[in-house]
Amino acid sequence: MSTEYVIKKEMKKHLLIALLITILAGSTIIAFGIAVNNFKYPLLSTLIFFPLLGSLFIFFISSQREELIKVTTLVVAIVEFILSLPLYLSFDKYSSKMQFIEKYLWIPQWGIYYSLGVDGISILFILLSGLLTILCVLVSWNEINKKIKEFYICLLLTHSAMIGVFMSLDIFLFYIFWEAMLIPMYLIIGVWGGPRRIYSAIKFFLYTFIGSLLMLIGIIILYLHTGTSDLMRLTQFSYPYKMQIWLFLAFLSAFAVKVPMWPVHTWLPDAHTEAPTAGSVILAGILIKMGAYGLLRFNIPMFPEATLALKPFMLILSVIAIIYGALICLVQTDLKRLIAYSSVSHMGFVTLGIFALNHQGIQGGILQMINHGIITGALFLCIGIVYQRSHTREIAKYGGVASVMPIYSALFMVFLLASIGLPGTNGFIGEFLILLGAFKAWKLMSILGATALIIGAAYMLWLYERVFFKKTTPYINEHIRGYGDLNSREIVTLLPLLLAVFWIGFYPKEILSFLDLSVRDLLNHFNSMIGVAK
Amino acid sequence: MERLYLLIPLLPLLGFAVNILMGRFTKPRFVNTVAISSIFLSFLISSVAVYEVLGGRVIEYNIYTWIISHDLQVSIGYLIDELTAVMLIVVTLVSLLVHIYSVGYMHGDPGYARYFAYLNLFVFSMLMLIMGNNLLQLYFGWEAVGLCSYFLIGFWYEKKSAANAGKKAFIVNRVGDFGFTLGIFLLFINVQTLNYGELFPKLTTLQGEVINLLGLHIDLITLIALLLFCGAVGKSAQLPLHVWLPDAMEGPTPVSALIHAATMVTAGVFMVARLNPLYGLSETALFIVALVGAITSFIAATIGLVQRDIKRIIAYSTISQLGYMFLACGVAAYGAGIFHLYTHAFFKALLFLCAGSVMHAMAGELDIFKMGGLKKYMPVTYATFLIAALSISGIPGLAGFFSKDEILWFAYSSPKSYGKILWFIGTITASITAFYTFRILFLAFHGKFRGDAKLLNHLHESPKVMTYPLLILALFSIIGGYFSVPHFIKPVVGEAVPSVPHEQEKIVMIISICAALIGILLAYYMYVLKPLLPKMLCERFQWLYRVLFNKYYFDEVYNYLFVKPTLWISQKIVENITDRKVIEGIVNGIPKLLYLAGEKLRPIQTGYLQQYAILMIMGICIILFIILMV
Repeated sequence: MSTEYVIKKEMKKHLLIALLITILAGSTIIAFGIAVNNFKYPLLSTLIFFPLLGSLFIFFISSQREELIKVTTLVVAIVEFILSLPLYLSFDKYSSKMQFIEKYLWIPQWGIYYSLGVDGISILFILLSGLLTILCVLVSWNEINKKIKEFYICLLLTHSAMIGVFMSLDIFLFYIFWEAMLIPMYLIIGVWGGPRRIYSAIKFFLYTFIGSLLMLIGIIILYLHTGTSDLMRLTQFSYPYKMQIWLFLAFLSAFAVKVPMWPVHTWLPDAHTEAPTAGSVILAGILIKMGAYGLLRFNIPMFPEATLALKPFMLILSVIAIIYGALICLVQTDLKRLIAYSSVSHMGFVTLGIFALNHQGIQGGILQMINHGIITGALFLCIGIVYQRSHTREIAKYGGVASVMPIYSALFMVFLLASIGLPGTNGFIGEFLILLGAFKAWKLMSILGATALIIGAAYMLWLYERVFFKKTTPYINEHIRGYGDLNSREIVTLLPLLLAVFWIGFYPKEILSFLDLSVRDLLNHFNSMIGVAK
Repeated sequence: MERLYLLIPLLPLLGFAVNILMGRFTKPRFVNTVAISSIFLSFLISSVAVYEVLGGRVIEYNIYTWIISHDLQVSIGYLIDELTAVMLIVVTLVSLLVHIYSVGYMHGDPGYARYFAYLNLFVFSMLMLIMGNNLLQLYFGWEAVGLCSYFLIGFWYEKKSAANAGKKAFIVNRVGDFGFTLGIFLLFINVQTLNYGELFPKLTTLQGEVINLLGLHIDLITLIALLLFCGAVGKSAQLPLHVWLPDAMEGPTPVSALIHAATMVTAGVFMVARLNPLYGLSETALFIVALVGAITSFIAATIGLVQRDIKRIIAYSTISQLGYMFLACGVAAYGAGIFHLYTHAFFKALLFLCAGSVMHAMAGELDIFKMGGLKKYMPVTYATFLIAALSISGIPGLAGFFSKDEILWFAYSSPKSYGKILWFIGTITASITAFYTFRILFLAFHGKFRGDAKLLNHLHESPKVMTYPLLILALFSIIGGYFSVPHFIKPVVGEAVPSVPHEQEKIVMIISICAALIGILLAYYMYVLKPLLPKMLCERFQWLYRVLFNKYYFDEVYNYLFVKPTLWISQKIVENITDRKVIEGIVNGIPKLLYLAGEKLRPIQTGYLQQYAILMIMGICIILFIILMV
């Protein structure tokens, strides 16, 4: 290799770094510019379309230039996250109205609008989604080694569609984003997944698609009945009781699959287990939250009487999910499958809180969605990190990892503790509020749900013991010693989530204040609708 | 000035942060300097706080609002009153001594920095627990000390038994915390606050309220008190959740001294004393507290009689003494309970540290039957162990005597009908306690060495960094009792009123001294004068010996009653039948059914147009027929 070539390469590297810094600095300035004179700029559309543009750009890069593709995706993801910060900075916490509203007539004949807006609930998911997408790029860096270009395009597309779901204020737009997100996710599982990826991907697709079809019918009925597709206006109508029940169930079928609630949860373990790490993180972090989000946006405000009538049913299903998911975790032999089933249990907590239908329950439920995204996202990242070294997910093959990877073990321990709701971590705040809310609503359900505190500790600590403690097994020695502990990229991947765990754990006020008015508004609306009906 | 007291918990936290982040890259000297100095400073500031409390001040300060959600508002803050002051002395002083001792004990361990980091984290958590001004902060500390205990029990995690013991401790504690959490909920939804200062005045309004729980009508206050007590039963290792503490001895011995004897396990007693306005309102709850305490103290003492492992005997002794403290709380003599907590912290930590010193000399050997004659080789350890043993037995003049006598007196003089029975159990237990403690003393330190010759040459007194803490603790085990804790904390916990004339106190005292002497003399008779007698007795009462030696088979029963069925249900019912067969059967069954239908319908598609035409006509006819008929 000639020195000239090396120098050229060096220069290129420096140029690239300079370019990166310029882009990041520029986007930061733009972001703060937007934050200062807020509401003037179509920020939400920018957030949706920027990753789309990014993926289009990547599309034109030659597939040979893998590094460039990865760096570009990373930059797009980071800029996207920076651009979403104005949402956080200039959001008015003292208003329960939708903010950053954009509304354009889309299909004039049917009166359908392209209408976007966020409130305190959705804003958190958009931020979380931005953060997790960055981490997904980082964790996929070495893990994905085929069809690299397509993978990163899919990742960005998923992000666009996901945040679209959280921003839509028009049911048709909502539905489009809802379904659009299925396709790249299906590809991520089906193309870059493990050995049984095809089965899992199809199962994931069919499950969610059938649920969504029922929702589509519900949406059409709603539209025909009221003549509007505006989400906010739809909540103002008072629907006949029977219609409410049927529509509630139609929407529930889509959302329950996504959450996933018991007994329509069986796609989740398969999808999680087979998906690549980034896929699992997005699934656990954002995608399954859309179900619970839908329940909050549609079922509760639009069909209050049905909600009240079906509340016991929903609470029972939630508690079944909590206990069932926890019990089944006890006997899992596959690392990822265990965490996947723990998701079923934790999402049971979320729905338990939401259908407690009181302030603490709903607030805790939403907080727990965020928490679960952080914690389970982190746990999947952790498993991905160790999987890249050991190439096995079988718990029995592990043992004594703590001796060879001390930093990794410590970080895993923190996320595990957050997962079992230790005070001082974010998991505690969520679980405590949910159980308190549920206790106010129906004591027995809260008591039963609280048993998961015991079973949860049992399966998680047992997992930790089997994987990290005892003498290092020869298998682990052989596979991990060579790689050593976490490298700096992996630490950077986990660090933001670690900070979030403690930040929310010790200072939950910040996030709770975002939710406070939105939740209060939702409950006031709900109660007044019930009052009108009576 | 008030903000200064923030440093009491924050300094150990800082020590933890420094050691966990940098400890791996620095010298052991740096690690222990950071750890010990942080505790030492914390101890100094605590002394200032205690001094202020002695002057009659109560310090309360809110740092920031932790959780705020609708009517729930919880802050992180602290409350230093007389009760907290006593706990501050115990926690910071014993921690400091154990930290110093650990420098010698853990010398050369590869996890040196990790050990000190965890130990500092523990002190932080324990201080949060005792200093908090609300129930949720107590819960925070409660869980955090449990976590540190988990870390430290499983400190040598490469050992399977240690990893298991840590896990067991955490899970058993969670069982107790399950009740504790529900207790907090029930309390909160009735009084809308968790702050002690706001909570206690509101409690009287709940008196007489009845709650319908699963069809049973239960007195609300009793239920709250008992649910919270569940947490105490777990944390303070009372029956039936005591099973984790003996196993916790897998951890390093200084940890057993600090966490599993002096501080963490007493958190339950502290909680009951702290919530005395609540417990005081429910006779039933107090009765159950006393009952659990009495039964535990007796059962644990009997198990301690026949064990061979020096640390486990002391662990059962701890369980038994904790039972004593609950017994005191149960007769509303919270002052006596906390007094015993305070003296117990010194003599029990001393017993453990002496055991650690012995292990140090014996190369980790724990079986007291393989020791013997250590007196000669380890004079300081022997002398301090003797002081601790005399103190725990309740020999007059030593710390243990004062607190034990106080408990027995208040049990005896209690106006409650069951007071005398509690006193009787307590006195018998005192005798057993003296017996098994001196059994250790005589077997380990007297007589001839029974280990192998190689070990004999290894025997040596521990280094000064270990013996000095022993001497200081011995000093406190002697003089600790002259500081009248019950009198000092009277403003917080009140005072039990004796229902019998004060003259009888002398009788109670004499009986308890006699009980202790009988225990000691019996141990002397059996293990020094007639060393063959114990073996004969074991053979004579074999079944009893076996039951006691196997700890009443608690572990086995729990295994068959809870662990195995849960795993079986999870595996067979939940996973195999429900998840795989039923739900997945239906999910995979629908596509299969469609496929099957297609398969069956395929022969119809023959490709002959005539056949299709005939079928079509037939179909039309049938439809027409139906339409016309209807």
